[in-house]
Amino acid sequence: MDSMNMRKAFDTELKRLETDLLKLGNLAQDAVMKGVWALKEQDVRLAEEVLRGDDVLDSLTGNIDAQCLQIIARFQPVALDLRTLSAILHMAVDLERIGDYGVSLAKAAKALSRERLIKPLLDIPRMAQILKEMIDTALGAFLDRSAEEARKVCLMDDQMDDIQEQIFRELLLIMMENPRTIEQATRLLFVARTLERAGDHATNLAERTIYMVTGKVEKSSAIRRPKEEE
Amino acid sequence: MPAATPKFLVRALNLHYGEHHALKNVEMDIAPKSVTAFIGPSGCGKSTFLRCLNRMNDFILGCRVEGEIKLDGMDIYAASTDVIALRRKVGMVFQRPNPFPSSIWENVAYGPRLHGIRNKTVLQEIVESSLKGAALWEEVQDKLHTPALALSGGQQQRLCIARAIAVEPEVLLMDEPTSALDPLGTARIEELVRELKERYTVVIVTHNMQQAARISDMTCFFLMGETIEMGPTQEIFTSPQDRRTEDYITGRFG
Repeated sequence: MDSMNMRKAFDTELKRLETDLLKLGNLAQDAVMKGVWALKEQDVRLAEEVLRGDDVLDSLTGNIDAQCLQIIARFQPVALDLRTLSAILHMAVDLERIGDYGVSLAKAAKALSRERLIKPLLDIPRMAQILKEMIDTALGAFLDRSAEEARKVCLMDDQMDDIQEQIFRELLLIMMENPRTIEQATRLLFVARTLERAGDHATNLAERTIYMVTGKVEKSSAIRRPKEEE
Repeated sequence: MPAATPKFLVRALNLHYGEHHALKNVEMDIAPKSVTAFIGPSGCGKSTFLRCLNRMNDFILGCRVEGEIKLDGMDIYAASTDVIALRRKVGMVFQRPNPFPSSIWENVAYGPRLHGIRNKTVLQEIVESSLKGAALWEEVQDKLHTPALALSGGQQQRLCIARAIAVEPEVLLMDEPTSALDPLGTARIEELVRELKERYTVVIVTHNMQQAARISDMTCFFLMGETIEMGPTQEIFTSPQDRRTEDYITGRFG
């Protein structure tokens, strides 16, 4: 194979891999959104759908991993090609993890499905909505090879942290007022924490994309607002 | 690379073959005791440049060199330069193994003898240490007086390296030294190159980019007679700065 045909073959394989990564992104997003929806609407069937879906997510992740290794072995990519494959390998792991968080959300939804909720859930769905946008923006930035788009994701993560903090304060008040709410409130704190963690993984997606595009390691902390002294 | 005094310092080097401007304003520092690889498409000037480093281009009719190349601070194109002494300091290994049609022993002893060493014991020591240095001793110590041409291609190439290091050079220039070898022979030479840099400055031209990536400390990309980008090999192959380097190493042209 001459180098031009080799290039074509490589590009075809890479396209396929990118399609799979997007598919994985959609599945992970779905898991989180459905998990949170199941919690809010106390919909056990929806929660179970998320639990069943996790196997598909895992096997797709394994598939992407195997494809990456195949391409590396066969084409010995360098430069942007190599950074792209490295980004895909890492991003698949982050997306798979976000999917796992969807599973924990679904489990929380099942646990709380028969209880009267101590408050209408507003902030938790908002976090899920921001997470969805983070993943969309990160994957869009990846496809467009745009570091600038990717940097926006890091800023969104600040919002996630703010809302989590707000949820914490609110639930704390509710618990102080009525200790019988502690069990449920603690679960809801875990839910907020889970979404915040998922946000961190979405930030990783963006960091991987920035490295892929620029070849330089850029920590999101450099883009985000400075952390307050604790 | 640390900012050690460069072994070679090249400034504003231009080379013409008659009308053809083959090297354009090449500037380069080559660090001592390191491996520097030149990559680039055919006809980009990398071999031509390599041959400037020990004035092998002097043999080519109509070849004109301007600019300066300093080896340890001495201008090698100065009128006062002893070209024979220069080539002793800067040895060369070619694309195809080219042993002389004589015995293994004679091949290695040839250079030192040319430089006036006659004592048989001394010559024997040089032959042994050179063959060891070229990682060939173990394989040939029992047949030093058999014809060199009976060796395999990979062994012949290592013999040529032994021949080159027998005159105690400081620099080894290698022009695609593995392009005529099988993968095993290639692997032996690559391993050897990594060992050689302990004692010599190695400059290697290669068409095999993975080879450059595997064995060199610095990589320089040539295109149409110009040096486009030179840097630590690790950076050239993960994050090249110039679009043309990126396009070449990822197979978009060339």
